[in-house]
Amino acid sequence: MVRPSLHNLVPYAFFVVLVGSAGLWVDNPYYFQILSMIGIHALLALALNLLMGYAGQISLGHAAFYGIGAYASALLSARYGLSPWLALPCAMLAAGLVALVVGYPTLKLSGYYLGMGTLGIGMIVFIVFREWSSVTGGASGFVGIPPLGLGGRALLDVRSYYFLVWAVVLLALCGSQRLIRSRVGRALRSIHDSEAAARAVGIPTSRLKLQVFVLSAVMSAVAGFLYAHMVGFISPDTFSFIVSVKLVTMVVIGGMASIWGALLGAALLTLLPEVLHAFAEFEMVVYGLILMTVMIFLPQGLTRGILDIYALRRRQSERAARPAD
Amino acid sequence: MQEILQYLFSGLTNGAIYAVIALGFSILFNATELINFAHGEFVMLGALCLVTLWSGLHLPLPLALLLSAAAVGGVGFLFQRLAIHPVRKPDHIVLVIITVGASIFFRGLGMLLWGKDAFAVPSFTRKASVEVAGAVLTSQSLVIIGTVGVLALVLHFFFRRTLTGKAMEACAISRRAAWLTGIPAQGMVLLAFVLSAVIGGLGGLIIAPITMCSYDMGTVLGLKGFCAAMLGGLGSLWGAVLGGLLLGVLESLSVGLINSGLKDATAFLLLLMILYVRPSGLLGNRSVQRF
Repeated sequence: MVRPSLHNLVPYAFFVVLVGSAGLWVDNPYYFQILSMIGIHALLALALNLLMGYAGQISLGHAAFYGIGAYASALLSARYGLSPWLALPCAMLAAGLVALVVGYPTLKLSGYYLGMGTLGIGMIVFIVFREWSSVTGGASGFVGIPPLGLGGRALLDVRSYYFLVWAVVLLALCGSQRLIRSRVGRALRSIHDSEAAARAVGIPTSRLKLQVFVLSAVMSAVAGFLYAHMVGFISPDTFSFIVSVKLVTMVVIGGMASIWGALLGAALLTLLPEVLHAFAEFEMVVYGLILMTVMIFLPQGLTRGILDIYALRRRQSERAARPAD
Repeated sequence: MQEILQYLFSGLTNGAIYAVIALGFSILFNATELINFAHGEFVMLGALCLVTLWSGLHLPLPLALLLSAAAVGGVGFLFQRLAIHPVRKPDHIVLVIITVGASIFFRGLGMLLWGKDAFAVPSFTRKASVEVAGAVLTSQSLVIIGTVGVLALVLHFFFRRTLTGKAMEACAISRRAAWLTGIPAQGMVLLAFVLSAVIGGLGGLIIAPITMCSYDMGTVLGLKGFCAAMLGGLGSLWGAVLGGLLLGVLESLSVGLINSGLKDATAFLLLLMILYVRPSGLLGNRSVQRF
């Protein structure tokens, strides 16, 4: 484990100041909703980033784990009267078990079989949410999810919910950072570079990949829990295939294998539709174009891409400053 | 018995369409190892082009079919040239995300050009339906099933007997080695894109009379076609046909005999099952590497 040095703490300090000042300065419930949504998406992007950026596997069904978290917590708290805080571990367990069932056979194979398996499970979970209407409320959704309480006080206030969401994000950020810089993190990155080489030096690759996948699913379930109790209403469309694809996009646009990139990607892709509303029916065309353009010109994602452009510029200006000989 | 036969017929009809879509996935995968998430959108474009050219402009049917297929092929050509070709370091995930972006773009384009309404297209022939042992087989079903048979035979002939087809096959085995023997590998990739787009468009043309055509019809069809391709073995020609027909029949039987809510889930349950039991697919010859 690397000890947290001053250099490592700078981005965190910046993050805390930004989130804190936004929380105190903003005064509009709608903005708070969007900012909390960014936090929830950031949590999902962080979870998926662990899998995609470090274990080198793609998941095309992460919305399923997000949905399992939301529906499990909603069901247990609204229908069976369980405290949401007790429902949370159950929701996490459910998501973890489903992940185990999908990941166990597919992660033994080399290649993108996990992507196909998660695509399948994502669609199946979505169909279950939509069709099993006696339990999930069907296509019209599940209503009456109780709000969260903390210390005997209901967290109805949008501002306190915003702080709760971002506190969880901060926790996930620190956790991911510690994991990545640990022995396990190095082993994971070696899998990304070459699975054969990783195995050759004795890394149990398929077990590690499975562990990261389950961890990622459990983190997504936490995001689902936060979403369900924030909005109070969930419907299958929030957890559809398109959402899984958007989560992958967040990670890739932000920059894979960069936890701050995941944060940036989540923020951009949450805000983008709000901005694109101005385009009305051109929304989808513009969204697709932006996605393709970023990937064609900055395949490493925005964080890495902008750093690369900056380095190139600096080299060019240095060359220009040097006297010609 | 008569009921089961009827399910079988409707299953074969749907299955034939899945088979056509799966063929498009397989051809592209063979040449580029790429899974094109915009493939379902080619199906949508094919169907909607036919709506405009045949129902809208009243062109003769063969001409409308030809022009629609050519238009979708053109879209495939532009897609490869403008979005896939310029990527300098073609990483797998990056290319997949580009196809996802393209699928959103095409869907948006479809909505802009054709609006949000759904269109119906009349059947291709005026011939009456055929009755077999009490179950009805519509003339359009016969057209669809016939198309798949002809298409599979033509592709089989193309890959085994023509020089271009063999060159593509060589690229599928090893692009670098094919390039060293003088095969224009880049051109083959482009050809694979166009061919796969045309086949996707063809899927849209034949499905148009039996469904409602709208800008968002492609996604689910594309995903199910992908399941069919995986079921038969991604990259295998006859595997795609077998996978498609099997998927169609099982889907239809599960709807008829178990529960209609299962309709869309069947494809994905089969996908998971095949990943558990035989990840290379039923007829896939690529050995799957296990660690």
